[in-house]
Amino acid sequence: MSALLSVKNLSKEFGGVHAVEDLSFEVEQGRIHSIIGPNGAGKTTLFNLITGLYQPSAGSVHLNGRSLAGHKPHELAPLGMCRTFQNLQICMNMSALENVMLGRHRHLGQGTLASLLKLPALRRGDHACRQQCADLMEFVGCGQYLNHHASAMPYGALKRLEIARALASEPDILLLDEPAAGLNRTETDALRDVIRKIADKGITVVLVEHDMKLVMSVSDQVLVLCYGRQLAEGTPDQIRANPDVIDAYLGSRKPEEEALA
Amino acid sequence: MATVKTHRKAPGLIALFVILAVAPLLAANAFHYDLMIKICLTAIVAVGLNLLVGYAGQVSLGHAAFYAGGAYASALLTQNYEFAPLPAMLTAAVAVGSLAWLVGRPILHLKGHYLSMATLGLGVIAAIVINNEDQITGGPDGLPVAPLSLFGHELSVFGSYEWFGMTITGTQLWYLLAAGALFLAVWLALNLIDSPLGRALRALHGSEIAAQVAGVDTAKYKLRVFVISAVYASVAGSLYAHYSGFITPDIASFGHSIELITIVVLGGMASTYGVILGAAILLLIPQFLTGFQELEMVLFGAILMAVMIFMPRGLVPTIARRFQKEAA
Repeated sequence: MSALLSVKNLSKEFGGVHAVEDLSFEVEQGRIHSIIGPNGAGKTTLFNLITGLYQPSAGSVHLNGRSLAGHKPHELAPLGMCRTFQNLQICMNMSALENVMLGRHRHLGQGTLASLLKLPALRRGDHACRQQCADLMEFVGCGQYLNHHASAMPYGALKRLEIARALASEPDILLLDEPAAGLNRTETDALRDVIRKIADKGITVVLVEHDMKLVMSVSDQVLVLCYGRQLAEGTPDQIRANPDVIDAYLGSRKPEEEALA
Repeated sequence: MATVKTHRKAPGLIALFVILAVAPLLAANAFHYDLMIKICLTAIVAVGLNLLVGYAGQVSLGHAAFYAGGAYASALLTQNYEFAPLPAMLTAAVAVGSLAWLVGRPILHLKGHYLSMATLGLGVIAAIVINNEDQITGGPDGLPVAPLSLFGHELSVFGSYEWFGMTITGTQLWYLLAAGALFLAVWLALNLIDSPLGRALRALHGSEIAAQVAGVDTAKYKLRVFVISAVYASVAGSLYAHYSGFITPDIASFGHSIELITIVVLGGMASTYGVILGAAILLLIPQFLTGFQELEMVLFGAILMAVMIFMPRGLVPTIARRFQKEAA
């Protein structure tokens, strides 16, 4: 199987700090690929590099064989990449549904005159979009907020709303930045089901997450970062058994626990 | 599954239509009509400016320049180049729109308040040019403007017209025209706000990063709404020039730009009907305060301050919110 996203020798320096250093990995089509690591390991920096919010100091990112170098953030949706944010990026001046509809932006008519006059073609497209986006809200499990204003929604629902908006752009690859942060156990379990359903649709998911239970139960492949470098990569079982990872991230076992295990 | 509520525009538009149709019943004389016409024309500028400021969150401090641009371009084109008023108005709108594009293009690639600074500069320059190029613009003495003529019929304020057996004065006919233009301006603006383009514009205000991730080229969209709002101002300026028959550099002044922004903030950012109310209030209050003579400006300022302190969202959004709370 060919790699959908391939990162080669990627580095990013802030002043003298190497936030990401010489990082290489590949994400295969249709997989759920998680990136974990302690705070400050460079996970969000990596996301920002991939999605064009930062320019890398060195190295390259390829999506479907196309280099993403020099692309502006708004040029990535048409290339099939969309993301969510650790700190929510929801338009609080719009309704929940409109936030999702924003995600379909690139699929809709944008002509100034057509918009001012509300020409029939544009209206039809927008009407279809409204229904599709309502279905997407249902899909991620915030259907009950269909007619709510975004500012009237609870935090957990907003996190899902962001996923719905990202899905609305019909991405090949979806990057989720700590989707479970701030969610309780029940919400996290529901989120896991949503992530699985997304992957079942054939959308590749890259997940940055601190919730180990979620990561270990949902991922096909896990990449462990530490101080901007790759510490380990493998299936959840391999990562669980990797002594380096246990030492650096999950914490070393005490001798008495070792004896019991 | 819950049904999707769609935003209905018809009730608001019908209410606006009724208000515009009923307003003449309150008008006792030509002075009242004059005030109503000015409110309509100012409201057109405010509706356009609100697209930029209220919805897209970009501040322009020089919209008087676009208004004056439309007014002077119409005046000069009809006077010196024998344009008919309607083609002159369209040419003026294209010229003003192009000017906005030229000014906005380099500025809107920058983040932050650069647009306010650039438009502030543009407004000041426009006022200076109009004041000093007196061979073309008449300078501080002003410029006479030919009356509007539509399809061969001259529409003079001083005229009197037969319409379906009724006699109607020029001022009354002008009111119909101004009210019709305002209605059209509102309809276009509401369409725009509710379109995919409008959502992208509102997203600029809500979360620029969200807009970018959804594939919105933010600089391009800011430029588009800036040009649209400049064209609104230009058309209103052209109409004003033909209506008043005489224009002076006052309409390009910095004070006028501030007045326009005040209307948007007072009436309610991101509320199309709110800014119409804002325009009406800002033009009507001074009429009620004339009795206070030298205290007029003090009271005017105090009223504006009180509204902003107690209703920071502006009149209509604050009131709407209160009603929604009571209903809930």
